[in-house]
Amino acid sequence: MTHLIQTPNLPDADAVYADVLAAHEGQTLEESAALNARLILILANHIGEADVIREALEMAKKSVSADNRAK
Amino acid sequence: MTSPFAQDLYPYKRHPDQDASRAAHHPVTIVGAGPVGLALAIDLAQRNIPTLVLDDNSRVSTGSRAICFAKRTLEIADRLGVGEALVSKGVQWNLGKVFSGERKVYEFNLAPEDGHKNPAFINLQQYYLEIALVGRLRALQAEGAPVDLRGENRVSTPVAHADHVALTVETPDGFYSLKTDWLIACDGANSPIRNRMGLNFKGRVFEDNFLIADVTMQADFPTERWFWFDPPFNPGQSALLHKQPDGVWRIDLQLGWDIDREAEMDPERVRDRVAQMLGPDVAFDLEWVSIYTFQCRRMERLRHGRVLFAGDAAHQVSPFGARGANSGLQDADNLGWKLAAVVEGGAPENLLDSYDFERAQAADENLLNSTRSTDFITPKSQISHVFRDAVLDLAKNHAFARPFVNSGRLSQPTTYDGSCLNTVDGLPGAPPRTRPGAPCPDARLEDGYLLDALGHRFFLLALNCDPPAATGLPHLSPQITDDIRSRYLGSASSALYLIRPDQHVAARWPSATVQAVKNALSCAKGHPP
Repeated sequence: MTHLIQTPNLPDADAVYADVLAAHEGQTLEESAALNARLILILANHIGEADVIREALEMAKKSVSADNRAK
Repeated sequence: MTSPFAQDLYPYKRHPDQDASRAAHHPVTIVGAGPVGLALAIDLAQRNIPTLVLDDNSRVSTGSRAICFAKRTLEIADRLGVGEALVSKGVQWNLGKVFSGERKVYEFNLAPEDGHKNPAFINLQQYYLEIALVGRLRALQAEGAPVDLRGENRVSTPVAHADHVALTVETPDGFYSLKTDWLIACDGANSPIRNRMGLNFKGRVFEDNFLIADVTMQADFPTERWFWFDPPFNPGQSALLHKQPDGVWRIDLQLGWDIDREAEMDPERVRDRVAQMLGPDVAFDLEWVSIYTFQCRRMERLRHGRVLFAGDAAHQVSPFGARGANSGLQDADNLGWKLAAVVEGGAPENLLDSYDFERAQAADENLLNSTRSTDFITPKSQISHVFRDAVLDLAKNHAFARPFVNSGRLSQPTTYDGSCLNTVDGLPGAPPRTRPGAPCPDARLEDGYLLDALGHRFFLLALNCDPPAATGLPHLSPQITDDIRSRYLGSASSALYLIRPDQHVAARWPSATVQAVKNALSCAKGHPP
């Protein structure tokens, strides 16, 4: 089974981050939610492995709850 | 024309049991003459097991109700002697189309692979299935089979004893008593037997109402399943159009949770809704209208000592996926031979626990699928709505998103993985689809079809090998066609399959000794190893 890559894997992380922000530029929260949903579905299909997606979901959920605790 | 569901199909008749000084004894009593109870009674009658069916009514169900019958159900119906009647009356369809707004987003084709006797699906009003089953039961009775169906016989609280269940039955002529070894409750989602026994039936309630209308019209809509998300004629909700025999169409319109039920049932209001959907030029009549809500739930255990539950009485699913009646008939298919084996005395009572294991597994599978469909069709939160709309939007132009579109995953039979009746798979290289626990896929033979040849007893299927002598089992050694090779051999050069009376695989090997076959047979009959 392939695992979620948890180490840096993008040669130019700054550029990718900028692209994501640019895509959301000028969008309302609602429009951004719609964009994110499409993005998640597109990337999930590209990944093609339910286990990897589950690991990613777990990591995201843990990060959010840790963030909430910190507040 | 009188509606088929208005006729008295099994009117009340006084029976000598009602005048007996002591309670009459029946080995098997089935409560409920719906599709599940009738199918089980026919299966038992064909095995010569004395069976009594009691129903509080005397008619088939009102309205079309269950309309989609899957291939596995038709295969079971074949074994019960009504399959061909159903297929010739039913409407065959393969193509499903899904629309979002005014655009088609997706279509699917259920055309089965070649070499199956039965089509993937037929649409048929539930009352036609019930009429066919009652006809078959009466024919068996006329041939001397030990089966009886009594209308207007209402069962009050069953009282369980160590070796029997005592029943009081209410009729138009008053009460009488019966004793039965086994009581099978096939009395529907609101099962009075389950309620009177105080057994819980917990699950998820879906806060939504659906208007269901059977409409007769002469229209040139194709024989396809059409499903709409957010159509112009029912904004923000879903809709379904499906063809039945006799020029009857099923229309299913989602209404939402906060509705005035009485106002929505007003025929004028329904006519308006249907007219908006069909357009101004289509003339139609309303045959039957109902509003339903649904739950997804199952009983924790399907067997309670000498009382067993089957069909909607045991589990209830959303209608998306045609998993109600289809799974109920598979309950009957699973239970019939086991109950017969126990009543005849050849099998231990715990064979019936495998009914609980296997059909609870199937119920869970059906619940999972129908819950997922429901969550897609009626999103429960703002964000699930966002995802649903994202899928529908992407699916219009991008093939990758179409598998996410879920307007109902249509009924498939369950493979009983992990059942104690299975012998460990002993055939390397063979296809997973015919592993122990799986339902046998049909295949064309030189003369006829495999499933017709298997019948309803334990059976050996020998491919490129001789079945061991002296097992006492019937066997079949068909020619190795492409169908047989791809479905039963894979890369194996020979195979011996032990097949259960419900046509599920019990064991398979490249070849086997008499002892190996006998061990597998004993295991499949519920004996401890």
